[in-house]
Amino acid sequence: MNIQVADRSTSASKGKVKQAIADCDIHPSPKSLEIEIYPYLSKRWRSYLESYGFIYRQGFPNGPAFPKGQPDAARRDAYPPNGGRPGSDLEFMREQHLDPNNVQLGILNPLKSGQGLQNSDFAEAYCRAVNEWQIAEWTSKESRLKASLMVPFEDAKASVAEIDHWAGNPHFVQVLLLSRTIEPLGQRRYWPIYEAACRANLPVAVHAFGYGGTPVTGGGWPSFYIEEMVGHAENTQSLLTSMVIEGVFERFPTLKVILVEAGFAWLPALKWRLDKLWHRMRDEIPHVTRPPSELIQEHVWLTTQPMEEPEPREHLLDTIEWIGWDKLLFATDYPHWDFDDPARALPLKLSKERRENFFLGNALDLYGLR
Amino acid sequence: MAKYVVSPAKDIPPGGRKLVEVRGRPIVIFNLDGEYFGMLNRCPHQGGSLCNGQLVGLVQSTEPGEYHFSRQDEIVRCPWHGWEFDIRTGHSMCEPDRIQATRYNVGIEAGAAVTEGPYVAETFGVTVEESYVVIEI
Amino acid sequence: MTIAPPPTTGAIDCDIHPSVPSIEALLPYMADHWRDTIVQRGVHNLETIAYPKNAPLTARPDWRPAKGLPAADVVTIQAQALDPFATSIAICNCLYGVQLLMSEDIAAAFANAVNQWMAAEFLDRDPRLRASIVIPTQNTEMAVAEIERWADDKRFVSVLMLVMDENPLGRRLYWPIYAAAARHGLPICVHAGSAYKHPVTSVGWPSYYTEDYAAQSPAFHNMVSSFICEGVFAKYPDLTVVLAESGFTWLPAHLWRLTKFWRGLRAEIPWVDRPPTEIARDHFRLTLQPVDAPPTVSDFERLMEHMGSDEMLLFSTDYPHHQFDGNAVLPEGLSPTLARKIMVDNPKNTYPRLQ
Repeated sequence: MNIQVADRSTSASKGKVKQAIADCDIHPSPKSLEIEIYPYLSKRWRSYLESYGFIYRQGFPNGPAFPKGQPDAARRDAYPPNGGRPGSDLEFMREQHLDPNNVQLGILNPLKSGQGLQNSDFAEAYCRAVNEWQIAEWTSKESRLKASLMVPFEDAKASVAEIDHWAGNPHFVQVLLLSRTIEPLGQRRYWPIYEAACRANLPVAVHAFGYGGTPVTGGGWPSFYIEEMVGHAENTQSLLTSMVIEGVFERFPTLKVILVEAGFAWLPALKWRLDKLWHRMRDEIPHVTRPPSELIQEHVWLTTQPMEEPEPREHLLDTIEWIGWDKLLFATDYPHWDFDDPARALPLKLSKERRENFFLGNALDLYGLR
Repeated sequence: MAKYVVSPAKDIPPGGRKLVEVRGRPIVIFNLDGEYFGMLNRCPHQGGSLCNGQLVGLVQSTEPGEYHFSRQDEIVRCPWHGWEFDIRTGHSMCEPDRIQATRYNVGIEAGAAVTEGPYVAETFGVTVEESYVVIEI
Repeated sequence: MTIAPPPTTGAIDCDIHPSVPSIEALLPYMADHWRDTIVQRGVHNLETIAYPKNAPLTARPDWRPAKGLPAADVVTIQAQALDPFATSIAICNCLYGVQLLMSEDIAAAFANAVNQWMAAEFLDRDPRLRASIVIPTQNTEMAVAEIERWADDKRFVSVLMLVMDENPLGRRLYWPIYAAAARHGLPICVHAGSAYKHPVTSVGWPSYYTEDYAAQSPAFHNMVSSFICEGVFAKYPDLTVVLAESGFTWLPAHLWRLTKFWRGLRAEIPWVDRPPTEIARDHFRLTLQPVDAPPTVSDFERLMEHMGSDEMLLFSTDYPHHQFDGNAVLPEGLSPTLARKIMVDNPKNTYPRLQ
């Protein structure tokens, strides 16, 4: 397919954002697998990849079952001038995003990282390669960027080994999981990952998307991309419910969880519902010893994008108050199409302190980078 | 209101577009089959550059499952969040009465008329032989 | 416990749940073949895991009988659900595992038996009672036939579906059901529950019943998206969908998100030609209980502002489920005017057959 590439000359307005920001969701891509990923794969896995490709728990190897709204789900103006996929050119990322948007801290969340591959051994090898690649091509070249530790999360033992391997490496600031898992993330098969993350003093981020094989709604597969897209919020509610009700936060009291790219306005109603259910069903879940809202308040952060846009916009102030001004981490989702522009995404009057924490301080505190 | 000469007409062929700046405002000029239209180069949503948007057709429907496609390349889709705007009217496709891109009146004037004024040509020389895109602000 | 009536008389309770006491209770309403099948094959009573018999949520302690299932006969319902709340009308939504069955033939037999049983055991015995028509969603033609069978009986005021069926409810395979409902002035009542044809969450089966019940809420989010995005209301502009036992405090945030994406993805679903928020206000209604309410009255008032409409909520007790204690069926923070709308006016405007 030929993708029409837009002119980029006007896409970065220079120096428009005064407030320094942390962007907690940036998606880097390799320029090409052969050049950037193959060096970190053994001959066996290079050969496997060429013969079998990427086999996930969905039918199409070359693209998502729900075609995206734009090619590669990317901003039309984010294709690097020297070719390659959006997010594959550090120099252009600096020029279009990091510099003009005053990004002081950028968290890399690679999406095609081996996670969710059916073949567990391949997933393990590919995650390792992507971890090496992030350091070699990104974080060692650009100190504002930090890497996410990719783990083959359906295989807890391999995931723990990967976390232990990198523990203490300052390039990594979090362990990354995808949200569409085979089983709800609170289930015990995933507990060793949380244990290892706590041991390595790393938060666990869960990014919307992935291939768990289960329909994206409890009532089957919808027809449209917009439904899948909106449904990431519902999916995230289910995984968070699982973590709370299965007792993950009781079992791992130092665990910090970051929910990435699922919006946030749904959280207050979920907390109210879970609190009510907890009161009613305590005999079923005696291991949950505190109200779910308290556990969530203590253990869970959310990235802001895609930020909800109520009318009037001031309703969002109520929502953020119900969540807690210290629990939201600003994110743009660069270079994806549902990018939130730091200069325009929150058109509300805030105190200087709130604005600073919302866009930067909360993330510095959480990642211990203040 | 003043009239500004912003470009030689031949620089924006049919199907083409050009970003100009008038009194500090970035304005994108579109040429649809010989008719010229001007739009502020900022999406009313989050300020995406409409000059960088795709030109698409208009998709409408009279009932679910029916798709009517018309007006190929007369709609510009913001490169960021995909909001669509009618280049002729500036109206958004999602909520045409409430959400609109800022439009400017654009016309074509012969070089002879332009050189006599009251036009302002900021950045280039004007010759009698050519025709020019003129924007009213 | 004495229950003082709520501040408005003539309340219309849009969601109560008579229990089928046993499978034997349905046998008189079945054809010989099915009666014989049930006996010969030892078919069990179709209770579902959506409401485990003795789970605290399934019945309020003071509404639990010494033996047997709660809300299993009309006298009990009169004493516990109608008289104490000065209810003028109550709509019975029978939650029985018809939708879970794998054979569409046996499902159609059970649906028809449940409806006959409902008419004979409840509707014939108290003029305050109304009911939703149970349909075999496994087969759209059979479902439509069941609607047609009862359409002339004005005591059936809506059509019952579960929020999690085999397919998202907006999909076109279900549309003949909506055409029939719209034709007869019957809203579709989408109730919490699952046909359990898929895991209840998009990440698989949970471990605890608490999670199953929590999962109803995301399922309602998905269902709202499905009805709107598929264009059900563009096709059937007179159709109303009642979300029952759905909670409602989640709705504003969901519509903010759906509307935001729609502005950029409109061309995928061009029949959706106005904001989802507006479509929802015109076509969806939600029953009151359970109220998953914020902690303070002032928070609740702000949330009601986010709802953006005083016409969407319909009074319900969700009897016999344990959603509130005593007579505290109305959340704190409702003005008397709004309480009156929720308890009387909104239900009347929602169900053409109650006018």
